[in-house]
Amino acid sequence: MYAFGYHRPTTIDEAVTLLGQSEDASAIAGGQTLLQSLKQRLAQPGELVDLGAIKELSGIAVDGRTVVIGALTKHNEVALSSEVRKAVPALADLAGAIGDHQVRNVGTIGGSVANSDPAADYPAAVLGLGATVETNQRRIAADDFFIDLFETALEPGELIKAIHFPVPKRAAYVKFAQPASRYALAGVMVAETGDGVRLAVTGAGACAFRVPAMEQALAGDFSADAIKGVQVDADELNDDIHGTPAYRAHLVNVLARRAVEAAR
Amino acid sequence: MGEPTTKIGGSTRRSEDKRFLTGQGRYTDDINMAGQTYACFVRSPHAHARINSIDTSMARDADGVLAVFTGEDLANDGIGGLPCGWQIHDVSGEPMAEPPHPLLAQGKARYVGDHVAVVIAETKQQARDAAELVDVDYDMLDAVISPAKALESGQPLVHDEVPDNRCYTWELGDSGAADEAFERAHHVTSLDLVNNRLIPNALEPRAAVASYSPGEDHYTLYTTSQNPHLARLLLSAFVLNLPEHKVRVVSPDVGGGFGSKIYPYAEEATLTWASKKIGRPIKWTAERVESFLSDAHGRDHVTRAEMALDTDGRFIGMRVDTKANLGAYLSTFASAVPTILYATLLAGQYTTPAIHARVTAVFTHTAPVDAYRGAGRPEATYVVERLVSQAARDMGLSQAEIRRRNFIPTDAFPYQTPVALNYDVGDYDATLTRAEELADVAGFEGRREEAQKRGKYRGIGYSTYIEACGLAPSNIAGALGARAGLYEAGEVRLHPTGKVTVFTGSHSHGQGHETTFAQIVSDRLGIPFDDVDVVHGDTDRSAFGMGTYGSRSLAVGGSAIVKAMDKIIDKSRRIAAHMLEAAEADIEYDDGTFRVAGTDKSLSMAEVAFSAYVPHNYPLEQLEPGLDESAFYDPTNFTYPAGSHICEVEVDPDTGRVEIVNFTAVDDFGNVINPMIVEGQVHGGLAQGIGQALLEGAVYDAESGQLITGTYMDYTMPRADDLPSFRVDTCNTPCTHNPLGVKGCGEAGAIGSPPAVIDAIIDALRPLGVTDLEMPATPLRVWQAIQDAQGRQVA
Ligand SMILES: Cc1cc2nc3c(=O)[nH]c(=O)nc-3n(C[C@H](O)[C@H](O)[C@H](O)COP(=O)(O)OP(=O)(O)OC[C@H]3O[C@@H](n4cnc5c(N)ncnc54)[C@H](O)[C@@H]3O)c2cc1C
Repeated sequence: MYAFGYHRPTTIDEAVTLLGQSEDASAIAGGQTLLQSLKQRLAQPGELVDLGAIKELSGIAVDGRTVVIGALTKHNEVALSSEVRKAVPALADLAGAIGDHQVRNVGTIGGSVANSDPAADYPAAVLGLGATVETNQRRIAADDFFIDLFETALEPGELIKAIHFPVPKRAAYVKFAQPASRYALAGVMVAETGDGVRLAVTGAGACAFRVPAMEQALAGDFSADAIKGVQVDADELNDDIHGTPAYRAHLVNVLARRAVEAAR
Repeated sequence: MGEPTTKIGGSTRRSEDKRFLTGQGRYTDDINMAGQTYACFVRSPHAHARINSIDTSMARDADGVLAVFTGEDLANDGIGGLPCGWQIHDVSGEPMAEPPHPLLAQGKARYVGDHVAVVIAETKQQARDAAELVDVDYDMLDAVISPAKALESGQPLVHDEVPDNRCYTWELGDSGAADEAFERAHHVTSLDLVNNRLIPNALEPRAAVASYSPGEDHYTLYTTSQNPHLARLLLSAFVLNLPEHKVRVVSPDVGGGFGSKIYPYAEEATLTWASKKIGRPIKWTAERVESFLSDAHGRDHVTRAEMALDTDGRFIGMRVDTKANLGAYLSTFASAVPTILYATLLAGQYTTPAIHARVTAVFTHTAPVDAYRGAGRPEATYVVERLVSQAARDMGLSQAEIRRRNFIPTDAFPYQTPVALNYDVGDYDATLTRAEELADVAGFEGRREEAQKRGKYRGIGYSTYIEACGLAPSNIAGALGARAGLYEAGEVRLHPTGKVTVFTGSHSHGQGHETTFAQIVSDRLGIPFDDVDVVHGDTDRSAFGMGTYGSRSLAVGGSAIVKAMDKIIDKSRRIAAHMLEAAEADIEYDDGTFRVAGTDKSLSMAEVAFSAYVPHNYPLEQLEPGLDESAFYDPTNFTYPAGSHICEVEVDPDTGRVEIVNFTAVDDFGNVINPMIVEGQVHGGLAQGIGQALLEGAVYDAESGQLITGTYMDYTMPRADDLPSFRVDTCNTPCTHNPLGVKGCGEAGAIGSPPAVIDAIIDALRPLGVTDLEMPATPLRVWQAIQDAQGRQVA
């Protein structure tokens, strides 16, 4: 780790001001991603702005149509929330399959979504459920949020306040874990929503993406068989020691079918 | 699992666990000395590079920096490199190529992570900051990673003086007899095998604290070593030219070694030297990334193996040709692992009469490769058992049947193999029978059908392994090229109050010596278990030691303690005879009590001890006071643990994911001192063996030589939920040549299990046409194998 300054604001405004005051300031939430980069000296923020004491960023609110999750809400809070489980069981399942207990007790949804790790689980939920990302400046639709590898629509200094998930008719998330990291080698969220079927993939590409061909097939017939022959294009997919593009493309199809079967 | 008694054979709870589980362990990084400074090593970011110059001026000027040293500073002080402990001879008769292994690079860096310079500063942070300011001017050169490729002409040379990167080619066995067997064979089974490279990953990273006291001209080195005496010997006699009696090496609690902490490394040697240079103690603790890059790795063989069979499925000959990757430099036992510890095991449990092995050891631009849990024996077992299982399929015999037809029968011991070893005892059929029972092999077909209904492919795999442990008769080891002895030292000290301190040269870093050794002493001397303390890991306290590796601690170190106790009992008998006013011949000894035969006159061991230290009524003319005896034990043969492993897997054909649903291990470890500890050792070994088969594999980029699996994001360690609840048992035949009748159990799990796992997967996927699979059998590999097999079937 390099030396850095440390701040612990209690309001969003204060945090935004602190982040604006220096070129190389960085927000830190659970630190489950950022700390690794700091320890390995891959990141060198001059100032760390710890969001942990900002009360208004935490908490879960569920009404009949929407689940709103504050950016600072920990993965385990989502996984173990009976309200979330009742409204969107797929979301609770997804959060419960992130990392291990230690990670889930510290890592936050805001950190995960802001980071847009290609293998992270939450982006599949945000995109697959058609959520809206609320920041201190605006509301961003999921379809406009994930841009590329570790790249989102967030502007420098812009903070996620909460994620608004519309409650789907039914949904499921199925993840195939990369053996070493246990992030998603591929993960699929499928949802039948008021606006039609959405199917989002994480782990396989540069960032989470939807598969319109599968969505269309499922719109007519929400069954695993309907997408049996629908393959994603392997050319765009990630290639590493754990998965070739062809393997990932194949997994996406297998997981999508399993997700459709599991949707509830 | 046995009763929790403290006697031999009892599953006493481990005494050391109390401090480990309550955070009271004292590891090297817990040691802090007054005036301590911190070291950070500058490592090569390139796999192969010429070092044109190193500019240390900015680093020297940085905050808190006390010194920056490079290879040049060591050379100016006449400091040598790290020695290799085993000299193998090439088939030409020449000794192996032994290029220098400098502590800090001399002109060239030869793997990513190679040590280039060291920065010493007041704080860890300052050392690390300054290390980034050391300006090394590199010329990047082409690197070669694969051992097979490194042998081809025109490849980059790791050491300019070693042509073709070939360290040696070595042979064992009778090639004429083997060739003759293949000529008349009814069937030949052949396989191309890769034994994947592993990174040891001990929980505690390597660490060292070195200090020098000018007043006494004395060095103290705390280090994470499996064998502190060997570290002292090598550092003083070969590396730093220090007076051995002026160096103390302490290896306190150590969080796992698995072989990787046998060897003296550049870091601890450099620190010891530098502590005198700067006149301050220096600490270094590896970061996990440094462990990945610079701990000695394991395995990494590429092998062509063939088995010749007669019409009845009997093995009549075997030929093996192996290329072994040594990495960039020769680590301490690197040369012995793919030769003496490998090819000698190729007979396995079988009567194969003619075996020939050829091993070519190769330098590459990768981290040094050395002994890792099993060391050579897992590689041998993988070759033998994969061949045997494939031969069974080729010949249409069951896995049990082909093995039973070829087992060395129980009445054939001692059995001389064609590859140098002489097995003293064993009963291979007994462990196989018990394993088949415990694994419910009879019910397997039913389970396979049931799995099929769920869309899963279920398979079963066997491995009946043997290993050679208890290294080693020193004279034999010497004849085979060892440059050190392989005995062990033990000392048993009775205190005036009847309490006992045992000093052993075997270090414990997870094995539970403090419990097992105390059980032996408590049992033999009739002293309460809690009154026995076992001391290890300090060259100032234990007389000498060759350390812990090769499952040798109990067989060799335990035997030394028994020999010392024999001397204690002999002397005590004479003291007791005097005190009881009886003839020595009339004194009977049993369970801590000396009794005049046929009377009720007796003395306890504690009473004798008291009298030895308060010798008022004592035969001072014939005996010295005191009760403290030591012994060195040099074994007369290796020990030969053996066993049967049966693995059952389920494969998801859609994802390639393999689940181990059952794993059975029935081993012959000779006499067992503590069944619970033995079971724990088997569990750990199985986890590592299954890890090798399914999960672990070091991957270097073939072009750049960068370690791709350099963190846990990409290197897959086995986790609890990757493993089933093991079914383990033992069927023991006591070792015939050591006083405890013990064989060793530390490596068996890692040795026996990999081929059982791989063959279970191959068995499962036979209906899909899969005939071979490389380790680690990751989901990607398994899926790919299914795709390839289906492609072949269509074509
Ligand atoms: C061992 C381990 C296993 C893991 N396994 C998984 C897994 O299986 N699946 C998975 O999805 N993830 C996994 N993770 C990652 C984990 O989920 C992280 O918690 C998460 O990705 C980041 O959240 P955080 O709160 O820790 O963010 P931090 O590390 O604190 O921050 C990450 C980034 O987000 C920014 N940031 C944080 N909060 C906000 C905000 N409110 N607004 C704007 N920017 C913000 C930070 O500035 C930083 O750039 C794992 C992590 C570890 C250590």
